[in-house]
Amino acid sequence: MAKVLMKGNEAIGEGAVRAGCRYFFGYPITPQSELPHYLAKRLPEVGGVYLQSESETAAINMVYGAAGAGARVMTSSSGPGISLMQEGISYLAGAELPCVIVNMIRGGPGLGNIAPAQSDYFQATRGGGHGDYRVIVLAPASVQEIIDLMRLAFDLADRYRNPVMVAGDGILGQMMEPVELGEEEDVQIPPRPWAATGRMGGEKKLINSLYIVPEELEQHNLKLARKYALIASKEQRWEEYRLDGARLVLVAFGTVARICKAVVDRCREEGLAVGLIRPITLWPYPQKAFEPLMGKVDSFLVVEMNLGQMVEDVRLAVNGRHPVHFYGRCGGMLPVAADVVQEVKKLYGGGGN
Amino acid sequence: MKKVFTRPRSLKDIPTHYCPGCTHGIVHRLVAEVIDELEIFDRTIGVAPVGCSVFAYNYFDCDMFQASHGRAPAVATGIKRVLPDRVVFTYQGDGDLAAIGTGEIVHAAARGEKFTVIFINNAIYAMTGGQMAPTTLLGQKTTTTPYGRDKDINGYPIKISEMLSVLDGTAYVARVSVHDPAHVIKARKAIKRAFEVQLAGLGFSLVEVLSACPTNWGLSPAEALKWLAENMIPYYPLGEYKKPAEVG
Amino acid sequence: MASARVTFREERCKGCGLCVIFCPKGIIALAEHINGMGFHPATVKDQSKCTGCATCARMCPDLVIEVEREVTRVG
Repeated sequence: MAKVLMKGNEAIGEGAVRAGCRYFFGYPITPQSELPHYLAKRLPEVGGVYLQSESETAAINMVYGAAGAGARVMTSSSGPGISLMQEGISYLAGAELPCVIVNMIRGGPGLGNIAPAQSDYFQATRGGGHGDYRVIVLAPASVQEIIDLMRLAFDLADRYRNPVMVAGDGILGQMMEPVELGEEEDVQIPPRPWAATGRMGGEKKLINSLYIVPEELEQHNLKLARKYALIASKEQRWEEYRLDGARLVLVAFGTVARICKAVVDRCREEGLAVGLIRPITLWPYPQKAFEPLMGKVDSFLVVEMNLGQMVEDVRLAVNGRHPVHFYGRCGGMLPVAADVVQEVKKLYGGGGN
Repeated sequence: MKKVFTRPRSLKDIPTHYCPGCTHGIVHRLVAEVIDELEIFDRTIGVAPVGCSVFAYNYFDCDMFQASHGRAPAVATGIKRVLPDRVVFTYQGDGDLAAIGTGEIVHAAARGEKFTVIFINNAIYAMTGGQMAPTTLLGQKTTTTPYGRDKDINGYPIKISEMLSVLDGTAYVARVSVHDPAHVIKARKAIKRAFEVQLAGLGFSLVEVLSACPTNWGLSPAEALKWLAENMIPYYPLGEYKKPAEVG
Repeated sequence: MASARVTFREERCKGCGLCVIFCPKGIIALAEHINGMGFHPATVKDQSKCTGCATCARMCPDLVIEVEREVTRVG
């Protein structure tokens, strides 16, 4: 089948529709507004509902209602809007509702700017909202991967009855790349006996996260914890790039990983044994990717568009066995490949300790 | 002999946690009676708020959602857009609807969302310990207005029914009271009209029910109903503020 | 012979007293004893005077009261 040129933000929408999503509630915010524009046109074509909400707080609660009513539903936003959604995300996790939340990360904190960033990693993977919960976080690095991960996002959300976040950035949202869309299939949404759709002669269903008796809330939290442990054991995803014989391993996600692939190639041309681990799930963090490298590499260099967030997860995975260095740009600035190569050269062979 | 007054099926036969004389009990029953009478129990979905009535999700025996504070209209929007043939209602207090939830209620009303809102106005925040509500009257003493609500500090109480009736998306807005049997009967009629408006697909419907909070007002149940009639009704006039021609 | 009968579920009553003040015949009072919740439950002093108007049940917040009445067929 012929490839089609698609913009990242639109690919998110098309990927969602092809995954069987028929409901979108959201509020405009740069740099993801092309996504709601696309879905405003596309969803009515497939008998779905696109509704512009009055705020992000309203949007995430509309998602809660739609998910509890049994629908495949999503929303999207960027940093400040995702911040507004945090209470709602905590409720979704507590009530075990499946849904997909897209964050096209921009410069922060506060109003920041509209340029790309990766500075919402903590917010995405460390709760963001209140309470003991986790959100599965997927980080695409190409427009094709966006299409593929949108399907995975909805499937994982249903499989585990959990919110799933897809974390991109403004570059990914704006870039245009050829994608293989594949045949449109009639997606069978898994049945939801727990959805509150009206009793219709059956048992009462309740969508709720309140457990006023502490013993009951403890049991509920332990149940969630068992779910998260299962997800962590089964759903870690990552890509390895030229790790063979690597002495220094770069770790990066999303757009920065693409830049780092160029860095790896340039270093290898100059005879430096450099490779890359690209996490695809930011939560559960792909700790399994690091185990085979222990004792075989010298050090790690984590490259991010923030001032050091994912690097903490790398340090946890490496657990003190090797030095873990960091290089970052922030405020919407991109790491430049030549600068990262310089950083690699400084550290290669044990320098910079 | 025939039973002329019995418990409605739509309310679960369990004791409630509400205080003695709390009018939540009366209003829960009225909503349940209407659901029974209209024979919509099997396709009704309710959304409970945060506040004393958070456990409404236990008391109403239909499918229920518990929503975050103020967001019930957004949750109800999500439900109704996915399941347009179901009957959806929210049950909200004055903090939930008139403070933190003003954005959601105004926009749900403006969009003409086809669900029904039962708005309990007791001029106070009860569950959290008797603080001032947006609907607290001038001069009224609460735990956060110990000297009486002062317009220079806290401004004026909000009149929700008047405000929302201005929006084109609202099909039915009524303010009622439950302070005596005659008004309880009228309140039931208004609640029934509100659900009928939803069933006819005419748009957004809301019934504001002036209610009593004996515990936080520091009055006996009987005194509280008297206080409601003498103080709240003059500021919050009863009546149907918006009514479509099609419904009674 | 009374034309109506009210039944009070004492264990559900919170002694709020609304039925007492609103009964048009004044036949309801709070009992001397207390129920399992610690409240003085409402009770009917004189069933023979009950007309089955259901005002008590209508004002009760706790579904304590059921009302029965003779229903005479017309025609």
